[in-house]
Amino acid sequence: MTFAVLQRSGSPGKTHHSDLTMEKIRSAWLFLLPMIITLAAVAGWPLIRTIWLGFTNANLTDLTVTEFIGFENYLSFYEGEAYGLLVDPDWWNAVWNTVWFTLVSVSLETVFGMGVALILHANFKGRGIVRTAVLIPWAIPTIVSAQMWGWMLHDQFGVVNEILLTLGIINNPIAWTADPDIAMWAVIMVDVWKTTPFMALLILAGLQMLPEDIYEAAHVDGIHPVKVFFNVTLPLIKPALLVAVIFRALDALRIFDLIYVLTSSSTSTMSMSVYARQQLVDFQEMGYGSAATTLLFLIIAALTVITITAGKLKLGEEA
Amino acid sequence: MNKTIKSVLFYALVLAVILISVFPFYYAVVTSFRSGTALFSTSLWPFPVDLKNYFVIFQEQPFGTNIINSIIVATSVVVFSLAIAVTASYALARIHFRGRGLLLMTVLSVSMFPQVAILSGMFELIRSLGVYNSLPGLIIPNTVLTLPFTVWVLTTFMKELPKELEEAAIVDGASPLTIVVRVFMPLMWPALVTTGLLAFISAWNEFLFALTFTLSNEVRTVPVAIALMSGGSEHELPWGNIMAASVVVTTPIVALVLIFQRKIVAGLTAGAVKG
Repeated sequence: MTFAVLQRSGSPGKTHHSDLTMEKIRSAWLFLLPMIITLAAVAGWPLIRTIWLGFTNANLTDLTVTEFIGFENYLSFYEGEAYGLLVDPDWWNAVWNTVWFTLVSVSLETVFGMGVALILHANFKGRGIVRTAVLIPWAIPTIVSAQMWGWMLHDQFGVVNEILLTLGIINNPIAWTADPDIAMWAVIMVDVWKTTPFMALLILAGLQMLPEDIYEAAHVDGIHPVKVFFNVTLPLIKPALLVAVIFRALDALRIFDLIYVLTSSSTSTMSMSVYARQQLVDFQEMGYGSAATTLLFLIIAALTVITITAGKLKLGEEA
Repeated sequence: MNKTIKSVLFYALVLAVILISVFPFYYAVVTSFRSGTALFSTSLWPFPVDLKNYFVIFQEQPFGTNIINSIIVATSVVVFSLAIAVTASYALARIHFRGRGLLLMTVLSVSMFPQVAILSGMFELIRSLGVYNSLPGLIIPNTVLTLPFTVWVLTTFMKELPKELEEAAIVDGASPLTIVVRVFMPLMWPALVTTGLLAFISAWNEFLFALTFTLSNEVRTVPVAIALMSGGSEHELPWGNIMAASVVVTTPIVALVLIFQRKIVAGLTAGAVKG
């Protein structure tokens, strides 16, 4: 699995040709230098600066008057009232939206992805066509799919309302992207449509690595396919499935483009990224916005570290 | 009998999957052929074909420039990332040294981290370099997106190549650089193409940086142009134009993905599940 890479890292190199080993190690660092410098310049440095700006009152209109204000962007008390990000209901609304979006969309994508993967794993005529068709949503740029669905979900001229009205499922057109109760479901629906193929392909790769003979044995013994799925397939592909879910969840937690285009800055769908960018760019509050992105970074970093450590520990036990 | 029902149900499911996957793109194509009051029709029949929208986006809007911008940005980023990633991934995959695990973890973390987390620091960097609202100002932040990904996937590919290859070369006294260039590069071409393609797609689709670091329509990339597209006049719905633009930029990507589908699937899974 992915984390196996990290496993072997600690093992010392062969010591027979120490000169040769030393030279190899030296060239390894030389080979890595351009990457390290680039990452430090385009990721490390901006990250440090962003964290620093979160402790200042920086404003986009004039960055020369930036002053250090400590934790005031996060929390401050002024005449008995609490101010700052940690008591900002809009921020917590964005956090909750993002978590809810991630939970629902990743769950749905896993279930549907599993379904599509099982279909693609079956032997039937036209399998190639399905595989090709399924790749299309994945290949369409997020912005384009947001606009496509924005048009299909249009309250007056949208084809989705038209189809549902004709079939008699609804009586009045639905304002999919404008109604605060429905907008998040519209976002989830588009994300599920777009990302299920990715899930399906990852799960399919896991399925294809399973040994055939288990299934032959199960078939000979006359075990019901559903039972085989839950007792054999699912436990066997669990590691691959977990990695896919983690990748998707980390991706979902930083969602920006789809929500920005489909529902713009409506509070009912605002994610952490949309909130942070709004503070930074639209309201010009660079300090406050940086504090928000720092919190967002900390949340995702914590989750990543937990996951990687958990994966490493688990693989360590198996080895 | 039971079996027939089962296979009918199965094919119905298959048909539903195909329809749901393909319909939105089909409908975008249909809409792109409509302008004016024809847009109010929700008919699924594409005729009559009216190509007005396609002329409008190229003549009344700088969409041609937007496409060229996207090609320049995505190509530069991919070439730059691949060049750096080849040697880095060789070191990460084939040489044992202290700190390798930490480095790999850093690379993975950077590819997982939210782009918005560096937005203000990047903004400051780009302004101080004087490249705000220009193409170099988009190439720099896009590297954050493509470089860790390229290194990670290429490392996975490199690990799979047989050890005997370089052992023979080492016995012959070849230097590490010679090994990379002469032994690995020829074997890595398929992996480089796949990784490059995936990195190209992610740079092509990048939205947050492109939206934040540009001001004028002439330096915008395709996704930003499509997101902010407006109609010919105030009363006109821009949907026909938006769909035409969407079809123009999506068709080549979809074609590429379909042509390289096996390689892409291999690349995606190498990034995530294989190891």
